[in-house]
Amino acid sequence: MSSKTKANAYWQANLKLVSVLLCIWFIVSFLCGIVLVDFLNQFRLGGYKLGFWFAQQGSIYTFVVLIFVYAHKMKKLDQQFGSGE
Amino acid sequence: MDLRTLTFLIVGLTFALYIGIAIWARASTTKEFYIAGGGINPVANGMATAADWMSAASFISMAGLIAFMGYGGSVFLMGWTGGYVILALLLAPYLRKYGKYTVPEFIGDRYYSNIARVVAVICLIVCSVTYVIGQMKGIGVAFSRFLEVDYDIGLLIGMGIVFFYAVLGGMKGITYTQIAQYCVLIFAFTVPAIFISLNLTGNPIPQLGLGSTLVGSDTYLLDKLDLILTDIGFKEYTTNTRINTLNMFAYTLSLMIGTAGLPHVIIRFFTVKKVSDARVSAGWALVFIAILYTTAPAVAAMARLNLVNTIEPNATENLVYDERPDWFRNWEKTGLLGFEDKNGDGKIQYTNDDSNEMVKVDQDIIVLANPEIANLPNWVIALVAAGGLAAALSTAAGLLLAIASAISHDLLKGVFRPKITERQELNASRLAMAGAVLLAGYLGFNPPDFAAGTVALAFGLAAASIFPALMMGIFNRRMNKEGAIAGMLAGLSVTLFYVFQHKGILFIVDTSFLGNMTPNWFFGIEPNAFGAVGAVVNFVISILVSSFTKTPPDHILDLVENIREPITQ
Repeated sequence: MSSKTKANAYWQANLKLVSVLLCIWFIVSFLCGIVLVDFLNQFRLGGYKLGFWFAQQGSIYTFVVLIFVYAHKMKKLDQQFGSGE
Repeated sequence: MDLRTLTFLIVGLTFALYIGIAIWARASTTKEFYIAGGGINPVANGMATAADWMSAASFISMAGLIAFMGYGGSVFLMGWTGGYVILALLLAPYLRKYGKYTVPEFIGDRYYSNIARVVAVICLIVCSVTYVIGQMKGIGVAFSRFLEVDYDIGLLIGMGIVFFYAVLGGMKGITYTQIAQYCVLIFAFTVPAIFISLNLTGNPIPQLGLGSTLVGSDTYLLDKLDLILTDIGFKEYTTNTRINTLNMFAYTLSLMIGTAGLPHVIIRFFTVKKVSDARVSAGWALVFIAILYTTAPAVAAMARLNLVNTIEPNATENLVYDERPDWFRNWEKTGLLGFEDKNGDGKIQYTNDDSNEMVKVDQDIIVLANPEIANLPNWVIALVAAGGLAAALSTAAGLLLAIASAISHDLLKGVFRPKITERQELNASRLAMAGAVLLAGYLGFNPPDFAAGTVALAFGLAAASIFPALMMGIFNRRMNKEGAIAGMLAGLSVTLFYVFQHKGILFIVDTSFLGNMTPNWFFGIEPNAFGAVGAVVNFVISILVSSFTKTPPDHILDLVENIREPITQ
């Protein structure tokens, strides 16, 4: 691969990863925590109504996981396309 | 030892620690002053970022806000944490890769325009200054409430401490003190929460306690809370929406992109060594933030339950006013709790209608009085004072650095006096920092009338002006200076227009220029939540304008390619 197509492939892979992670970010907070909250509240997680749990606990835990997954996958992409740091 | 002496001792010890760190971490170059030398460990930076981010508002007010809003308070929880996902995925690594010192510097270079840089400096200064007023007030209040020192003297002591380590150490001094401040504030926040959770549910982990049953019963804590609140006429805690779903959506989104666009948070990611460190560091920052942000809803619900239970031990028997507990008496003195015996029966009625006799329950007592309500030992109460001060000081210092570096690096070195030497710039940055501390102190002594409305403005501006300009600078190659400047100005004016229309021009009441409108006329979105709309306006205008003006010059296209490339040696 020429350096140009290589950089391009890296960028596309990056965009794809970011889009997937941002979809999850959107689903756990805006959908589960806000838009679908009444629907989810009919289910329970221990003493939590599920929608309420997403809004005040679950979304935050997911955010943390998302950032570490991103950092980990990007490191792999860097190794694959570049020569590592 | 009595509480006051103990509080002086604990606060004094933490202050001595901050000063010790300041002397040890002096800055001797501009690189150390602006970005702490650029070699901070990602976990340490995460911790410093968490302290930088969590202000007096997060520490003192947020749990109280949630306690009285219930589910509606989730906008703060999701908004102020979800912003880190956007920051980590869309901004931090690229801005770190670019490898400069300030946010306006990136905007000025990327949009090859000193005008863009100056516009960014103005946005930065407006959001940071409005934000810092709240911290200064927090410092004064913490001193006056816990140490019984005058508000003014408390503020002076606080300013003196920040002055010392921020002027001497710049980002380097600030980073290491923030790490210490994080430890103090998280300990102070979680210890009372653990005790209270243990008391109520038998589970020492507040996050699990909130989903557990109450001690000695099969009823879940949240169900009980819903039940007793609806009994006295309040809305159900777990489903109480803030205005409507669209407003919750817009509010959360505004806080998220506002968070990602706040310059004092962004510059923290310039201090790590590598781009991959910037990514990991954002994850650690959110871990440290999440410890407080997932504990806060537990503190909120448990404190609300304790409060109602104290006032109404059971459905038929209300608390007799003369038998009220000590913490109730103490907080009545501060004016944060107020009781008025409307029906003259000598008992306290707490309801959500006209017969309510708890005429004042300030949201701040939820965190501040929590240890007393739960009968915790004095050292825990003293710790809360030190924690509140740590939260306010660490955020103030971070904001002041963002202001000082924008003045010395962007305005002076970047625009007006490009020829000054490094030595001169370092002196200028110390001078700018000293000036910023004095300005913040002045505003703390004379809080402008609009102080209460300024949080909306800080987040609104960051969301509507800075964030879109940064994001498109990275993700839209074709974005040019005309588009970016038009977008920033449009986002800025729409947000200002909406906030001022509702809250008065410059927050002076009764200056709403379109007459007396129904509040929240735009699809029911409150002014505090309008940053998201401002951001959309910014994106649309910049893309439109850039599509019929020239593409950026070649060296800018190369710059964009460069920040997008995989990381190599």
